[in-house]
Amino acid sequence: MTTRGRPNRLFYNLSAKIAALPMMFTALVVFLGGTVWTVVYSFTNSKLLPRENFVGLDQYERLWSTSRWIISIENLMIYGVFSLIFSLVIGFSLAALLDQKIRYEDTFRTILLYPFALSFIVTGLVWQWILNPQFGIQGIVRGWGWESFTFDPLYNPDIVMFGLLIAGLWQGTGFIMCLMLAGLRGIDEDIWKAARVDGIPMWKTYLLIIIPMMRPVFITTLVIIAAGIVKLYDLVVAQTSGGPGNASEVPAKYVYDYMFQAQNLGQGFAASTMMLLTVLIVLIPWAYLEFGGKKHD
Amino acid sequence: MTDAAIVSPRLEPGPRGQKPRRKLSRRNIFLYGTLIVVAVYYLLPLYVMVVTSLKGMPEIRLGNIFAPPVEITFEPWVKAWATACTGLNCDGLSRGFWNSVQITVPSVMVSIAIASINGYALANWRFKGADVFFTILIFGAFIPYQVMLYPIVILLREMGLYGSLWGLVVVHTIFGMPILTLLFRNYFTSLPEELFKAARVDGAGFWGIFFKIMLPMSLPIFVVAIILQVTGIWNDFLFGVVYTKPDIYPMTVQLNNIVNSVQGVKEYNVNMAATILTGLVPLIVYFISGKLFVRGIAAGAVKG
Repeated sequence: MTTRGRPNRLFYNLSAKIAALPMMFTALVVFLGGTVWTVVYSFTNSKLLPRENFVGLDQYERLWSTSRWIISIENLMIYGVFSLIFSLVIGFSLAALLDQKIRYEDTFRTILLYPFALSFIVTGLVWQWILNPQFGIQGIVRGWGWESFTFDPLYNPDIVMFGLLIAGLWQGTGFIMCLMLAGLRGIDEDIWKAARVDGIPMWKTYLLIIIPMMRPVFITTLVIIAAGIVKLYDLVVAQTSGGPGNASEVPAKYVYDYMFQAQNLGQGFAASTMMLLTVLIVLIPWAYLEFGGKKHD
Repeated sequence: MTDAAIVSPRLEPGPRGQKPRRKLSRRNIFLYGTLIVVAVYYLLPLYVMVVTSLKGMPEIRLGNIFAPPVEITFEPWVKAWATACTGLNCDGLSRGFWNSVQITVPSVMVSIAIASINGYALANWRFKGADVFFTILIFGAFIPYQVMLYPIVILLREMGLYGSLWGLVVVHTIFGMPILTLLFRNYFTSLPEELFKAARVDGAGFWGIFFKIMLPMSLPIFVVAIILQVTGIWNDFLFGVVYTKPDIYPMTVQLNNIVNSVQGVKEYNVNMAATILTGLVPLIVYFISGKLFVRGIAAGAVKG
């Protein structure tokens, strides 16, 4: 804009540069510097304090031979896959329902979105109570006379991740619905008219025309959900504390416990570096498609 | 607008608007039926929280969690607020509440002040290299916090802020920056450029334009940012637990400690009262702000 054409004068536009100092600091020192620092120190055997005693890939070998880490990764994958599928399906279905020019749309949307305003701690504690086997859903159904009814996800290691999933979906689907609804509203009304003139049934229009048209919205939503899944921590702490046993451990909790409880910083750094790697695997193809792939599309 | 209103009736003779439908068509029953079932499901946890918190413990042990209270008691609320124990402290959630207030207010103000100026600099005073910083910042929003937890501990220790309230303010300012900067940058870019140019011609500088022209015009975006930050910071758990000491733990951390403490008899009614109390602030913000909340989170979610 105003400064273009005079790029080499350091003091030109000085106020703007001073004003942007916090941003430069955050971007360079905290985000970039912090990330590099953690990756570098993941190759050391730091315990209580960070030390520059490099041990190669030892921390990673130990990490991948720790059963708790393997369980954490498996749990995150189970939670992640189901969370992605259900969030997208439920979110889109709800958005499609709300998009039918219904009455009280605002009321319905307010109800579906309010859990998103609550913290994961609150969410986790409420669902911990509802899923309580003695007093919650299981207790009620048994009280009706079905004595053998069993629904205790938070106390059964095999399905505990689904207990978390119920709570996570309750909290987050309203938000996904809002994103989808915005996407649906962005689609030209004429498409619908054309489909109706051609006699294409509504479900088919959604499946074959609308969803392919909403590809960018789906991709963005996918990235947002994926970034959220990797951060999964508060919910687990509140709802199950990683239990029963260590059946609902997740990587973020592993990192925290090793860094701040077990005083084994090196392990924590290695685990967090693995988390970073996971995110990059999702992020880089997306960034490439979104920003770099213009020639291919 | 007026032209169209005059012209269109002539082009479309006959009755206008949609043909009225029967109210109870099968489609409508299905549509509203599904929506009402879904709405009930979403409201259920809130209902269970409120109902449980108003019952006495004997009633909870006998009855079912969905049943409305027979005898309403506010004792659990009083206990949760004033005498519930975490470890050795028995002064209830009120401590956590005031800690959260003390954390949230300065964090919201500092983070928004810094991010709005950043956004303004990026939108109107682009300098060489600005885009590079901005790109790193946006990518930083996707990096798992766990990667940056320890470097920030070191940073805060160097600054002498580790374990203090202001340390947490710095952390919230840092992690709020990507989304807020994006929000403000996009908003300031959408304002007419002539305004900025005219002010430049009149001799206004960087700060003059920001305070006299941009600020008065950007009230709505500030409200959106405040909503975003108040709910986000109030609901934070991880940073609270990592960067503060027990006596200044925010409400979410204290709530978790109260409910998930292993010693003592579980008092579910007190726990639920405490849970509602913690959720109350973001819920109030949500119900008051309505559509602005949606705008805030949608703005936070737009692709970087």
